[in-house]
Amino acid sequence: MNPRITLGVARRVLTQIRRDHRTAAMLLVLPCLLMTLLWWMFVDSPVQFFDRLGPGLLALFPFIIMFLVTSVTTLRERSSGTLERLLAMPMGKLDFLLGYAIAFGVVAAIQSALAVALSVGLLGLDVQGPIWLLTVVAIADAVLGSALGLFVSAFATTEFQAVQFMPAFVVPQILLCGLFIPREQLPPVLEAISNVLPLSYATDAMKTLSTTSATGDVWQDVAIVTAFALAALGLGAATLRRRTP
Amino acid sequence: MVRIIHRMMKNSVEVRDLVVRRGGREVLKGIGFTIEEGSVTGLLGPSGCGKSTLMRALVGVQQLTSGSVQVFGEEAGTSALRSRIGYVTQEVSVYDDLTVAENLTFFAKVLGVSGDKVDESIGAVDLQSQADQVVGRLSGGQRSRASLAVALLGSPDLLVLDEPTVGLDPVLRRDLWKLFHQIAARGAAVFVSSHVMDEADRCDRLLLMREGVIIADDTPDGIREKTRTDDIESAFLSLVEDTGDAA
Ligand SMILES: Nc1ncnc2c1ncn2[C@@H]1O[C@H](COP(=O)(O)OP(=O)(O)OP(=O)(O)O)[C@@H](O)[C@H]1O
Ligand SMILES: [Mg+2]
Repeated sequence: MNPRITLGVARRVLTQIRRDHRTAAMLLVLPCLLMTLLWWMFVDSPVQFFDRLGPGLLALFPFIIMFLVTSVTTLRERSSGTLERLLAMPMGKLDFLLGYAIAFGVVAAIQSALAVALSVGLLGLDVQGPIWLLTVVAIADAVLGSALGLFVSAFATTEFQAVQFMPAFVVPQILLCGLFIPREQLPPVLEAISNVLPLSYATDAMKTLSTTSATGDVWQDVAIVTAFALAALGLGAATLRRRTP
Repeated sequence: MVRIIHRMMKNSVEVRDLVVRRGGREVLKGIGFTIEEGSVTGLLGPSGCGKSTLMRALVGVQQLTSGSVQVFGEEAGTSALRSRIGYVTQEVSVYDDLTVAENLTFFAKVLGVSGDKVDESIGAVDLQSQADQVVGRLSGGQRSRASLAVALLGSPDLLVLDEPTVGLDPVLRRDLWKLFHQIAARGAAVFVSSHVMDEADRCDRLLLMREGVIIADDTPDGIREKTRTDDIESAFLSLVEDTGDAA
């Protein structure tokens, strides 16, 4: 591993995102628009659904978006020959993966900061815990999404396949993460499954933040999400082969 | 005679009994040859004969079935070799959404070479006026030159070029071959593949390949002499007939 190369990769990825105005705009504006839509849905409702669902969605958006963006970008890198060229150069596999993780972490930080600022500042989302911690959790979720996206891109041979991994890998996690029904109320088998899915901990962290000001549990959840992300990056490194058949 | 001279030069690459299977088929069927430093060696053969596969084996990104590939005395693909080899894949492998200069700056950072080399490489492939243009909006030939420029960045001791002159006009092709010879004159080994036989005479030495086998390994003159033909295309056909008879 070499910090010069890792940061070089991160910078290059950020330049590519900046160059693609439409993607850049979608990355930054879309979560804000979706939060606004959610707020609008419940604006006449007597029950505080926005407060209940909002924090979970703040965890979800960076995860989903980063998963998609990363799996497609790295697949493009694999199929265009640039990855083959990089791996024939003095580039460590971890340099490549961490470079991507850093770049998308930065995007996620900006994305989440905007979505959180809008939700808490303008839309009146009720958050008990420290607001900056909400952003930290969102960044961890984004890095997790990136790491899983990197990992699954190894199993796709076309961009079309890569996009299909989204319903396969992501939707079950969304269903079981506790957003629709508290995880304790799931059938025991599903609850056990939800216990080993990373998004459950991301959602738990957001929920805790919205209901209490104690941060101990939140940090524990963030640690679990980070551990999942690192494990996915490790698996991703294992799927990056210098020699291919 | 020629062979004796070859032995006296230092070998950059030594390939022995190389067999590679891809997709269940034997693509390289027990190949052996050497590449000397300070020369331009051409790899010629029809489409699908295994040129790209062989080049991938030299740079260490191809899984080998058996045999060995040694580069500068080390197993191909070891980490010490990675900064000494410049590789241009057959498809253009640069980032379409970055400018030529941005692409080269990135690869320069990976290789750990200074920014001066970026300008130098852009100049070598004659892309100065396109340096700030996004690669995706360049012509096919300009894009392949951008890809070539990346391989020149690290002043490699071995340059492996997979069909670098496809789709280029005659003037540019001549200039690039001149550049390859300049690089070789500085002591590097240059290994260039092509499936157009009329580039044969630009090489110091030729490997003719067919269906995963090397059917000739000599200077262009040597090959013509041996097959009693006037051009490499006829020589190739004559060699194919000979090997066809033998099989
Ligand atoms: N990824 C792959 N998986 C399986 N088989 C492959 C793969 N790539 C190439 N092949 C097969 O290996 C053989 C040699 O391919 P290769 O790309 O080395 O040919 P080539 O001489 O470079 O051809 P061209 O001049 O068209 O580039 C071909 O028959 C091809 O079908
Ligand atoms: Mg080829």
